[in-house]
Amino acid sequence: MKIRLLDIAHARSGDKGDTANVGLIALRDEWYPILVRYVTRERVAEHFSKVIKGSVERFELPNLLALNFLLHGALGGGGTVTLRTDAQAKVYSTAMLRLVIDVPDAEARAAGLPEYRT
Amino acid sequence: MSRIVRIAAGQGFWGDWLEAPRRQVEGGPIDYLMLDYLAEVTMSILQKQMQRDPLAGYARDFITQMEGVLPAVVDRGVRVTANAGGVNPRGCADALLEMARGVAHHDRLRVGVVTGDDLLPRIDELIAAGHELAHMETGAPLSSVRDRVLSANAYVGAGPIMEALARGANVVVTGRCTDTALILAPLMHEFQWPANDWDRLASGIVAGHIIECGAQSTGGNCAYDWSTIPDLENIGFPIVEVAEDGSFVVTKHPGTGGRVDVHGVTEQLVYEMGDPKEYITPDVIADFTTIRIAADGKDRVRVFGVHGAPPTDMLKVSIAYRDGFKAVGTLVYAWPDALAKAKEADRIIRARLANLGLTFDLIHTEYVGATATHGPLATIPDELPEVQLRIGVRGNDRKAIERFTREIAPLVLTGPPGVTGYAGGRPKVEEVVAYWPALVSKNVIRPSVSILTT
Repeated sequence: MKIRLLDIAHARSGDKGDTANVGLIALRDEWYPILVRYVTRERVAEHFSKVIKGSVERFELPNLLALNFLLHGALGGGGTVTLRTDAQAKVYSTAMLRLVIDVPDAEARAAGLPEYRT
Repeated sequence: MSRIVRIAAGQGFWGDWLEAPRRQVEGGPIDYLMLDYLAEVTMSILQKQMQRDPLAGYARDFITQMEGVLPAVVDRGVRVTANAGGVNPRGCADALLEMARGVAHHDRLRVGVVTGDDLLPRIDELIAAGHELAHMETGAPLSSVRDRVLSANAYVGAGPIMEALARGANVVVTGRCTDTALILAPLMHEFQWPANDWDRLASGIVAGHIIECGAQSTGGNCAYDWSTIPDLENIGFPIVEVAEDGSFVVTKHPGTGGRVDVHGVTEQLVYEMGDPKEYITPDVIADFTTIRIAADGKDRVRVFGVHGAPPTDMLKVSIAYRDGFKAVGTLVYAWPDALAKAKEADRIIRARLANLGLTFDLIHTEYVGATATHGPLATIPDELPEVQLRIGVRGNDRKAIERFTREIAPLVLTGPPGVTGYAGGRPKVEEVVAYWPALVSKNVIRPSVSILTT
């Protein structure tokens, strides 16, 4: 089953130099393990592959039902140097929420995940 | 009931809501008001201002905002911590005292001034003594851009602010210090937490992280269920009610707009985060994976259980240096074929720049309305009512950038039809100020504190 992150998580993003950070937070307790399992470092790196130049790091905060991602080389040189509209990575959060993950049907139903239909 | 210290945030960056500080002191009981004005490159802007005018170099908004706050300071005992001093804390304090002379009971004002973070006059001395001030990400030594450095400031911790409070200051003005020190220092002063009580210090840092961005923890810029957040035009800025054990409640004044809930506070906790296990400050390393968070009634969120560890023996240094010039120009193309016309205009501008023999480090084009912010992650509808062409250039040759700024308006009469939105005039050439984060040994930074009165 296809699940879009917008439907199961919320997010906030910011900048540090040329790196964007995206904090991704599960909307329900029982959806946090889904994020941990399917929103992997590799999956996020693939999602942003045409947008960022560097690597992706992932950190887990089970206490906050959150994952923190660092996207390196994300800002065209950094907040003051860049020519981008989103100079400070403020809307990388919503770009992350576009990500669609594949969850096995049984697992998705058991967790009550909303299906994403295009 | 055990003692509570209330710290209110009244400014999350230089340019934040002008009304907020006064609303924080008038909206209900608080003990401290913290005001954060300094982003990563603000210091370089202030340094440039001070080069033009030796009396400038600090956040002037602070003086205006303090007019509304001073009565609470001198009559009710509210104390203020602010990094408004920028590169000229003494000048900022003098301007504050000058303004205060017109206010009743100004003789009760004691302004603590923290200096010693400014390393600009000491760079050569530091490099000569073996401090490379290497770029934290690239490892390059500062000597490679030395002649272009505009500002260099160490992030000082809570120590000197505590000293100012202990010496009776009711307003503390600093230069570059960590944003969180503006909250941690009052807590350490009030509760006399030992400087090695890592868990309580870390809790103070977390409190600071939550409120230092102003209303971002009370419903502003909140993605969770954003459309139901009430009364944003009347938004209340955050307040932390901190107990002696370091645990605290995040809240806001009654009757204000916005919302304080677990979702919004969690969003702020993950904002601008690196490795959550190591949130490094000069005073303590806070472990954000130990934070416990729980709802505590309407517009109240309780935070507890935070653990911390000893800090490193280094301080972060924020350095800004000149790195060429840039300019950005825009035009708006309307239906029909808005995007195709904007793309054709982009092609024409690039061709004309090339025909003029001009070269740039970068020419960057975005089509606002047709996925400027999400790039290839978004899909573009077939028919757009309008598209803004946004084209920017960057490079070291100021003349080339100037020439670029003359190439936007001519498109109106010499390019594709259906174009408008050029009334703003020629784009401005801006100097690019780049950011150079570095580390320096704590033992070479010597903050000093002085107390001034009217």
